Amino acid sequence: MNNGLKVIKPGIYSLLQDGGRYGQHSMGLTTGGPLDRSAFHWANLLCENPMDIASIEVTVGGLVLESTVTTTLAVTGADIPLSINKQPAPLWQSHSINPGDLIELGFARSGSRAYLAVGGGFQADPVFNSVATVPREGLGGLHADGTALKSGDLLPCKRIENTSLWQLPENLRADYRQNSARLRVVLGYQQEHFSDTQLQRFFNSGYSVTKHSDRMGYRLEGAEIIPAIEGILSEGICLGAIQFPPDGQPIVLLNDRQTMGGYPKIGSVLSVDIGKLAQLSAGGRVNFEAISIEQAQSLLAENEKQFVSKQLLKLCL
Amino acid sequence: MSAEKTISIAGENALIVYFADKPSATISTEIATTVKKLKTYLGATLIDLVPSYASLLVIFDPFKTDHQSVRIAINTAIKKINNTPKTSSGSLVTLPVYYSSESGPDLQRVADTAGLTVEEVIAIHQQSEYRVYAIGFAPGFAYLGEVDPRIATPRLATPRQQVPRGAVAIADRQTAVYPAQSPGGWNLIGLCPQLMFDPKSSPSMPVAVGDLVRFEAIDKATFENLGGVL
Repeated sequence: MNNGLKVIKPGIYSLLQDGGRYGQHSMGLTTGGPLDRSAFHWANLLCENPMDIASIEVTVGGLVLESTVTTTLAVTGADIPLSINKQPAPLWQSHSINPGDLIELGFARSGSRAYLAVGGGFQADPVFNSVATVPREGLGGLHADGTALKSGDLLPCKRIENTSLWQLPENLRADYRQNSARLRVVLGYQQEHFSDTQLQRFFNSGYSVTKHSDRMGYRLEGAEIIPAIEGILSEGICLGAIQFPPDGQPIVLLNDRQTMGGYPKIGSVLSVDIGKLAQLSAGGRVNFEAISIEQAQSLLAENEKQFVSKQLLKLCL
Repeated sequence: MSAEKTISIAGENALIVYFADKPSATISTEIATTVKKLKTYLGATLIDLVPSYASLLVIFDPFKTDHQSVRIAINTAIKKINNTPKTSSGSLVTLPVYYSSESGPDLQRVADTAGLTVEEVIAIHQQSEYRVYAIGFAPGFAYLGEVDPRIATPRLATPRQQVPRGAVAIADRQTAVYPAQSPGGWNLIGLCPQLMFDPKSSPSMPVAVGDLVRFEAIDKATFENLGGVL
């Protein structure tokens, strides 16, 4: 009983997330889930978990945990200083954790989201088949009510002993230091209501990330794009949809987006690139590139293939 | 007859079907019929569906199927719409409402704007059968239409910070029951004691897109007996 990781400090914003909540859009529920799916998958694979099991999404940093259990732990994603019992510990690899160990995350030097996974994942009661925390909906998370982690929470996890420790080779790790991303876009939705001039302007201009960016969407700033129509009948919005409110500034809709909306959309960002966008901080630079649906499908398949444990290096201790 | 339907790409694993330019009862029924057919045709390759006023977003698993196959399934479903009886596919749900100034702070203003008495507004709101055109904005928030033009009232200039759970509201020709406390700019005319969204029960919502809804006036005692809180 009472085995797990105790939250000493929750940090800026730390949320329990699994692969996401699917099949519930008809009740208006969004998906939630990790913004940077790639870093999230690696954190789980490093702990020998299925890829979509519950782990913690740490935004910017500041999370401090104390363990009451023997387990393995890995942190991936944003370059956040990690220490275990005050000793610096590398990211992108698994570590052995013992009862009494203090796990401290500093603040991101580059990137915005880190993922902390433990062997077997964190245990919480699912809501609509998922523990993904969506604060706006009051659903999911440790207490099933959509609240972020707070001091005193105990994140239950299993006792895991005598497992191997792993490391992700450096060439497979993401590097967020440029604070810029090139996002591939599948054109669609109201695309025909954007003139050739507007389309060219959109794809040839750079945009910057504003501070009004969160898990619902990233608001960008740059060349104004004005479609031929101002509003549309509210319709379903998929992950990565790029919408233009009347001010002409794009918003890329992310995991916690509302399921319906009435602004014109030019298409959607490739899911593979959503994590790159979500790692940017305010002022980060964004460029868009149009790709065909066939290219999108092959990029998706190619991306998915990399998430296998044979990519990991076994650590000899 | 119904206009030409179009299918557009929405994203790498999503297509959106546009049924018409404007919402109507016929279009809503067609969308509900298509939802049912696609669930069968797509089975485990389907991730989610978002039916709305005049469109249907179809999200699929890109590792199990592709755009072309889903497009074929959608076209097949659409072709069969005309063979399906044109009756409403949804059920009729009755929601109790305690209409009063204490439960509906905008009731008097809605009446004044319409040039009607409060009693007339209450009666007119109950006379229509409303269709669930879409569910979104928040979990369980069902957009119901259409409100009788005599009591259609524009949104508040400044939205309220807090609208209580169960608030029955009007915005232009739409009406709704707020499923949870939230900010909101609709005109509040009463309170419904029935939960519109409850993650702990199954089904979690009393209505689905395509259903019909009637409102039925109850008094304060009944409201409180049904669990309503002022």
